[in-house]
Amino acid sequence: METIIKGIGAAPGIAIGPATIYSKQAVRAQIKPIEPGEVEAEIERLRSAIARSEKELQKIIAFAQQKLDPDDTKILEAQIMILADTILLGTIESRIRTELKNAEFVVFDEIGRYKRLMLSAPDEYMHERAHDVDDVMNRIIRNIQDQKLVSKMEGETIVVSEALTPADTVIFSRNKILGYATDTGGVTSHAAILSRSLKIPAVVGLRTVTRIAHQGDSIALDGYSGLLVVNPTEETLQALQRKAQRFKDFEERLTEIVGLAAETLDHRHIELSANIEFEEELEFTHTQGAAGIGLFRTESQLIGRSGFPSEEELYITYRKVVDGIYPHNVIIRLFDVGGDKLAPGSFHESNPFLGWRGIRVLLDRSDLFLTQLRATLRASDRKNLSILIPMVSTVREIRQTKELLEQAKGELRARGEAFDPNIKIGIMVETPAAAVLADQMAAEADFLSIGTNDLIQYMMAVDRDNMAVAPLYQQFNPAVLRTIKMIIDAGHKKNRWVGMCGEMAGDPVATLLLLGMGLDEFSVIPTVLPEIKKIIRTSRFKDAKRVADKVLTMTTEQEAREYLLALIRNQIPEIPLEP
Amino acid sequence: MITRTITIKNRAGLHTRPAASLVKTAARYKSEFTIIKDQFEINGKSIIGVMTLAAEQGSNLELRFDGPDEEQAADAVLELFERGFDEE
Repeated sequence: METIIKGIGAAPGIAIGPATIYSKQAVRAQIKPIEPGEVEAEIERLRSAIARSEKELQKIIAFAQQKLDPDDTKILEAQIMILADTILLGTIESRIRTELKNAEFVVFDEIGRYKRLMLSAPDEYMHERAHDVDDVMNRIIRNIQDQKLVSKMEGETIVVSEALTPADTVIFSRNKILGYATDTGGVTSHAAILSRSLKIPAVVGLRTVTRIAHQGDSIALDGYSGLLVVNPTEETLQALQRKAQRFKDFEERLTEIVGLAAETLDHRHIELSANIEFEEELEFTHTQGAAGIGLFRTESQLIGRSGFPSEEELYITYRKVVDGIYPHNVIIRLFDVGGDKLAPGSFHESNPFLGWRGIRVLLDRSDLFLTQLRATLRASDRKNLSILIPMVSTVREIRQTKELLEQAKGELRARGEAFDPNIKIGIMVETPAAAVLADQMAAEADFLSIGTNDLIQYMMAVDRDNMAVAPLYQQFNPAVLRTIKMIIDAGHKKNRWVGMCGEMAGDPVATLLLLGMGLDEFSVIPTVLPEIKKIIRTSRFKDAKRVADKVLTMTTEQEAREYLLALIRNQIPEIPLEP
Repeated sequence: MITRTITIKNRAGLHTRPAASLVKTAARYKSEFTIIKDQFEINGKSIIGVMTLAAEQGSNLELRFDGPDEEQAADAVLELFERGFDEE
């Protein structure tokens, strides 16, 4: 019987294969008294184990440098520094001498102390560091015990593990690893970032996968949706293989569509761009044929660390994205996080979705906000960067942001830094307040981008993660559709372009409708980009308008969805739609 | 013995890179160098110890120097904090 486990899709792709359960051979460091005469030999074991550990890590780093961004290898360098910590090693040696205990126990006890201290810290950044410390400790102990590193895997396999250290991730990739599945970790864990750059599909945060899957079990993992299936049925396998095939087919067809414009048969041009979160995604964005980045999420720089990034750190990342996409444009979304990310543990919000989020946080923490604005402005010197404000609910928030932007410009001028003085500033329309006031918002902003995920939740008063009400999260609900149409019309009346960066923009069932409503820009996840382009290129704007007019008269979500589904199946029969 | 209280100025706090420069600087002197944050007391010449502190920007640290060259050690370390570890 198959078991489906929901985790977090950490690196895209679909992998099907047998499981290799990788359990960190729980390093056994039993306490063993030694004789005074054995002390020197014990210390010699320790020293040669340290030397071997360092050699192993150097090898991993050398290998990683060929495959990875230099920034990613820094994670590994911290471990080398610990191996060279003379105070730490001195303490361990003197404890072996005075306490007359075996080397592995003292290493375990002494380094374990730091690990526990790090784990007791409240922030995620320190927990990740604790993993690094744990990795170094295990490596030394294993080398004292003279065990070989188990990094050779038999055949093509999916590695299932409680956690993966960056070193594991890199070293395993020398074998034929089809995918990674781990109990712990989030999108921002180091292993997740590394597997994305190594292009190995990964699902993390599965919680129970090491308990459910056994050595050799058949595993299917979907790094797009974050699902993992243990012992999948024939039916599940076929569905996933179809999905994998679908991405493969589209990849193959890219040569035909990648360089072509997103233009309807009657020559309406659409700005078809990509949503990204990491600079590593740029290459994929290019191969998928995006005409720019419609949504660059910046939150990942705040997560998994303690303290706010410096202007320089932010700038370096923005610079890479801006240069990577040039001459196309990038729309950078200002930090869209809950206040807890900036002031951890400072207070509790009973309803964070209606709380201190997005622009509300930024305006209250203008010191941090100005840092991001300066970094953004400095990256705008090639005039291919625009700013997007998240979670706007009043016109005043736009004005205040513009004032701070002017202040940031003044500061940069004083420093003699280059920037685009006419940088465009748009807003996310994702609160009902911003939607209703779309005309006033458009008068104040340079463009509007509809964030459907939140807009639908707020419009329908539904939390889509709450199973009891999730069916009410309806993107084709007449209330939602009428609102979208109203936002587009309001933007156009003020001569502003209107885009959409929510999931709806990437749903092939919605493309024709949105096109007909007059949407100017679709910003979608890179994987679906060729599909959406294909629909645009096989549609007529004239017909799409008629479709939109008709759908806008419908009174139920089902009616609208069925009608649109039938149309798209008829237009492109080979398009594989989700059930 | 010299005791000083300082506030971390650089944005990234005492993360890996600043921690490494701190340890390197302190290692040039014979004097013992202890950092105290809240109730924790760590050896300032140990990278793993300093990493464990991961003191953020704005945190207050007590620095203690004890040994024959404690004045020079204190000057060098305080200057490093003053410069914000040359970040930015």
